[in-house]
Amino acid sequence: MLIKTKVNILSSEITDRTVFESRREFIKAAAAFSAGLMLPSLGQAETGKYADVPVGPYSAKLAVTDREDVAGYTNYYEFSTNKKDSTVLARTLTTQPWSVEVVGEAEKPGVYNLEDILKDNPVEERIYRFRCVEAWSMVVPWIGFPLGDMLKRFKPTSKAKFVEFTTFYNPEIMVGQRSGVLDWPYVEGLRIDEAMHPLAMMATGMYGDELPKQNGAPLRLIVPWKYGFKSIKAIVKIRFMENMPETAWHKNAPAENGFYANVNPEVPHPRWSQSRERVLGSSIFTLKRDTEKFNGYGAEVVGLYSGMDLKRYF
Amino acid sequence: MLVGKKGWAGIKVTVFLLSLLPFGLLVNDGINDQLGANPIETLHFGFGDWALRFLCMGLALTPIKIITGQSWPMRFRRMIGLFVFFYASLHLLIFIAFDLSLSWEAFKDEVPKSPYILMGLLTYSLLIPLAVTSTKNMQKRLGRNWIKLHRLVYIAGLTALIHYFWLVKADYTEPLIYAAVISILLAIRIVVHCRKTRKLSLRDRSRVVISSDRACVSTEHSVVKMQVLRHCVESLRNSAAYPLLLGMQRVKQDGWGRRKH
Repeated sequence: MLIKTKVNILSSEITDRTVFESRREFIKAAAAFSAGLMLPSLGQAETGKYADVPVGPYSAKLAVTDREDVAGYTNYYEFSTNKKDSTVLARTLTTQPWSVEVVGEAEKPGVYNLEDILKDNPVEERIYRFRCVEAWSMVVPWIGFPLGDMLKRFKPTSKAKFVEFTTFYNPEIMVGQRSGVLDWPYVEGLRIDEAMHPLAMMATGMYGDELPKQNGAPLRLIVPWKYGFKSIKAIVKIRFMENMPETAWHKNAPAENGFYANVNPEVPHPRWSQSRERVLGSSIFTLKRDTEKFNGYGAEVVGLYSGMDLKRYF
Repeated sequence: MLVGKKGWAGIKVTVFLLSLLPFGLLVNDGINDQLGANPIETLHFGFGDWALRFLCMGLALTPIKIITGQSWPMRFRRMIGLFVFFYASLHLLIFIAFDLSLSWEAFKDEVPKSPYILMGLLTYSLLIPLAVTSTKNMQKRLGRNWIKLHRLVYIAGLTALIHYFWLVKADYTEPLIYAAVISILLAIRIVVHCRKTRKLSLRDRSRVVISSDRACVSTEHSVVKMQVLRHCVESLRNSAAYPLLLGMQRVKQDGWGRRKH
C-alpha cells in the first residue's frame, strides 16, 4: 500500500522564501557554506556591529554569497568603473558624521542626522537576491529597515508621486566623479508606491556588520526586484516629487535603462540577453541560473504593475 | 645584425615563452582561486584583452620598419599573429564552454540578441583564414594573393574595436586607447601608401617640367608635396578610424577622468 505523506504541496511551500530561520541557524549555514573556502569574514559577523539583529520578514533561506565576493566586486562608478579598483578607492570616503537632506512634497522636510534616522528605524536582517543589469547576481544578508517606514516619518503630501534619491557628490573624494562617464551626482528614483512596498529597504549593513564603503556605506537603497543600479549608494538627499525624476543611467542611455528597471528575463537589454545570470562565487563549471521575473519577488510586487506593459515600461 | 641562426632561434623561443606568460598567469590564478568573484569574466576579458594587445603588436611591426628602418622585428610577425589567434580562441572558448556551458539553447537565446557578440564572432571568423594560411608553404602557394588575403587583419582590427566599443556600458577609456593605437598604426600605412602613389605621378610630371625649365621643378615639387599631405589627411578623415579619433577628442574635452586633475 502506498503511504501518502504529503498532500498538495503548494509551490510556495517548497520555495525558499517562506522559510524563516533564526540568526544562529543562518550563521551556521553561512559558515558551512564558506567552510571550504576558509574565509574568516563570516566568523566576524557574530562580533560585528549588527551581530544580533533580528531576522526580518521577506528574508529568504538561500545560500549566501561569500562576503569577500560581495565586498570585492562592486559597481561604484563614483570611484572607478573597475569593480575591483572601486573597492580600494572607496576607502577615502568619510561616513561619519552623515546627514540626509529631505526636500520636496513633504510636511517634514529638513536635514536629518543618520544617527537620528537609525534611532527611529530599528534594523533587521534580510537575505535578498541581488541581480545586476550586467547579468550577474548574488545573495546578500543586508542589514537595514523598511524604506517606507522611514519615508512616512517625513510625511509626504498627496502631491508626492515619486521619490528621488541622490548620492554624495565630491570629486575630491569620489575620484570617479572627475570623469564624465555619468552625469554626477548619481540620481535614482522610485514611484511612491514602489518606495512604500515593504520589500524596499534602506541598508546600513551587511553580513552582521556595517556596510563596507564600496557597498554604499553608510546608507543605501535596496530594491530587490529591480536591477542593481536602482539600489543607489551613499544617499545624502531624498526628494518627494510630483513628476518622475530623471535618473542617472536613464539619462546616460534612455533606450537601454528604463526608469522601472524591473528584473525581467523576457525583456532583453538592447545589447545582451537577460534570460540567465551568473551567480557570483560559483565555480566556472556551474551553469548560469535562469533569471526570474521580478528577481523572484513577483508574488509580492506584481500588483504594483498591473495593467502596465512591462516591455514598454522596462 | 650580428645574430646567427642559433641566436635567432634562441630569441624566438624567448619571445614565444613571453607570449605564453599571460596565459600562464591567468591559469595559475585559476588554480589558486585568485580570479575574483567572477572567474569566468576574468578569464574571458583577460584573454580578449591579450588578443587585442597582440593584434596591436602585430600591426606595429611594419610601422617600426618604416620609421626605424629595422626589419628584424618582422621575423616575429607570424608568431605574434598566431598568438592573436591563440588568445582570441581562448576568449571564444571560455565564452562557449563556460559562459554558455556548451548549451545550444543558450547560444540561440543569447547570441542573436547581442550585436557585440556577433561582431566578436565576425572578428574571429576573419582571423581563421589568416591562421590557416600562416604557414610558409601556404604563403608560397598563394603568392601575391597571400598578401591580399592577409590585409584582412586590418578589417579584423577595426571589427575588434567595434566589438569592444559595443560591449562597454559607459566608460570608453580602454577601447579608446586601443582605437588610438590601431588608428595610428593604420594611418602610418595610409600615409606611406599615399606617398608611394604620389611619388610615381610626381616623377612623371617632373620629367616634363625639367625639359622646359629647371627652376620650375622645385615649385612643382612643393605643390605636389602639399597635395600629398592634403590627400593623406583627407584619406585619414574618410577612414573608419577617424570618428573614433574625434570621439576621443570629445571625451578629452569633457574630461575623462583620472588623468585630469
